[in-house]
Amino acid sequence: MREITYTEAAREALAEQMAVDPSIFVVGEGIGERGGNFNTTLGLYEKYGPMRLRDTPIVERGFVGLCAGAAMTGSRPVVDFMFIDFILDSMGELLNQISKIQYMSSGRIKMPIVLRGCIGIGGAAATHHSGSYYPLFVHIPGFRVATPSNPYDAKGLLKTALTGDDPVLFLEHKLLLNRRGPVPEAEYALPFGQAAVIREGSDATVVALAVMAPKVLDVCDELAKDRLDIEVIDPRTLAPLDMATILESVGKTGRLLIADETFGPCGIGAEISAQVMEQGFDDLDAPIARLNGVHTPTPYSPSLESAIIPDNAAIEKAIRDLVAE
Amino acid sequence: MANDRTASGSEPLVALYRMMVLIRRTEEQLARAHQMGLVPGPCHTYVGEEAIATGVCANLRADDVVFSTHRGHGHALAKGVSPRAVAAELMGKATGCSQGRGGSMHLFAPEIGLMGTSGIVGPSILQGAGAGYSFKLLGSDQVSVAFFGDGAVSNGAFHEGLNMAAIWDLPVIFVCEDNMYATEVAFRDATRVQDVAQRVRASYDMAAVRVDGNDVLAVRQAAEEAVARARSGDGPSLIDCKTYRTRPHAEGMRDGGYRTAEEMAAWKQRDPIAAHAAWLIEAGHASAADLEAIEAEATTTVNDAIEFARSSPFPDPATAADFIFSAGA
Ligand SMILES: Cc1ncc(C[n+]2csc(CCOP(=O)(O)OP(=O)(O)O)c2C)c(N)n1
Ligand SMILES: [Mg+2]
Repeated sequence: MREITYTEAAREALAEQMAVDPSIFVVGEGIGERGGNFNTTLGLYEKYGPMRLRDTPIVERGFVGLCAGAAMTGSRPVVDFMFIDFILDSMGELLNQISKIQYMSSGRIKMPIVLRGCIGIGGAAATHHSGSYYPLFVHIPGFRVATPSNPYDAKGLLKTALTGDDPVLFLEHKLLLNRRGPVPEAEYALPFGQAAVIREGSDATVVALAVMAPKVLDVCDELAKDRLDIEVIDPRTLAPLDMATILESVGKTGRLLIADETFGPCGIGAEISAQVMEQGFDDLDAPIARLNGVHTPTPYSPSLESAIIPDNAAIEKAIRDLVAE
Repeated sequence: MANDRTASGSEPLVALYRMMVLIRRTEEQLARAHQMGLVPGPCHTYVGEEAIATGVCANLRADDVVFSTHRGHGHALAKGVSPRAVAAELMGKATGCSQGRGGSMHLFAPEIGLMGTSGIVGPSILQGAGAGYSFKLLGSDQVSVAFFGDGAVSNGAFHEGLNMAAIWDLPVIFVCEDNMYATEVAFRDATRVQDVAQRVRASYDMAAVRVDGNDVLAVRQAAEEAVARARSGDGPSLIDCKTYRTRPHAEGMRDGGYRTAEEMAAWKQRDPIAAHAAWLIEAGHASAADLEAIEAEATTTVNDAIEFARSSPFPDPATAADFIFSAGA
């Protein structure tokens, strides 16, 4: 199968849907002729022009609110935030309007809007360009949240986002954007709420989010040499969250680690942990473990930046500790 | 009987009166229902400001859309939502226009273009602009109207929304209802430039007029021009309507300390309904008896609406979390 990058895969999904659905338009800063800071829209402006690839003034609240009104009246907006940190300027429109209007209108108004941007720590981007924020959106009823970890998932999940009628946060970790992977040329889409078991094993289960998925896989390949047989699950979407796959795996292994670069407190690991406690307590042979980035704004200096993200050594230690419990 | 030509020429003018009276009677009855404890949540009435929604919506088609505010009963009624559906929603009933999920500040009837009243000051401006973007993108000649108060004019949504509508020539009509106060904060204390139209012309190069918001014919005229401009692809407009609310900010709220009895009395002299009634009679479009009949009809309609709302069932508690996502019913 051909291999393309994460960004190319996501762009292919957007291009394919824009070709068949004239109600799709993209807004953002530099997504027109320039093709996007992260090449998310490269080559599309030439085909579709300014009405569908709309460069905006720097008005995150404004264009998110505008896109809400557009989504309510027959369009399918894609908001390209570039860095997801900029979404914070539009929180009222998101949490008070976009997530609630389908509900308040008792389902008579749809809200098909995709909110995309790159997340995560890396490249000395410092604290205004390194956020992930997905636990905030998972907490609020009314959002779908996708965190693809490879090109295949990126394309398949974006296709689903662009054909559904709900608001979707589509979050692309910046260290994944140039990674290559197999992507079929035939049309496909991946349903939300379906985790992928990306490595089978019987000694312990690791749930690995976004950038942690390839990192955990690398570590598990090393651990296999010591005859440690680890199962790895990538939830792919955090809302809806596929707890059934996680519970089934824990039923098999009896041990669970959740590896997530974002903050621990009130995070995805806390939520998964609570649900396993409620629904799978009897399957557990050891306390559930979490591995998170340090609960701090992101520092700039490489020596500080690397100190706050879980590296391969930290992942290996967390898994060995869990298995030894 | 008047001859046919007079009758057909008069009817739209009389219809403005009919709508204003319907809004006034509905608001009075809702205020009473609120006092009686039949409205479990907040209730901001539109009493004194009826000419604005009436004059604007008289120019709209059913497929044009309206984005409204916390003070939105008048906009809903003028867009065609029935008094029954409004009253039932305020009482939290399953027959309400939002099936009991919204209340006064979240009235929805998208099938006739009421895209929501809102509990948050500002977003109506942005969403109104967004509907305009949709219509332009999809090649439709529909137009979008965003209502908002003077309180929204200093909010960032105003600047961002009007600027985007201007640079992209969106088919939107922005209607500012300047009733001089945002709750108890006077507009004169919230801005150095109370002439909103002047500010909008200067800042956004947008067509903008200032009108007497208590003169339904003036509002209708300004809106007719703005709607024609939007529908023909010539971009957005702002109508800056000067008006006054003669009841408290919300029912049950203390109304003292920020405005004087003299000011209130002076504005009550400028009641938009009485003014239009006098004009209709003087210009020969209706007789006093015609107008009395209209009032009686409105009273009957609104009494029926209140009775309908009172006797309607509450929503089934099992449906409390329905409709969060598009697939979920
Ligand atoms: C963002 C936001 N802040 C505060 C409020 C509380 N609030 C409700 S109505 C209102 C005043 C609004 O004044 P204006 O826009 O002039 O409308 P009016 O009530 O005069 O019709 C305020 C401050 C709110 N609803 N939204
Ligand atoms: Mg006001």
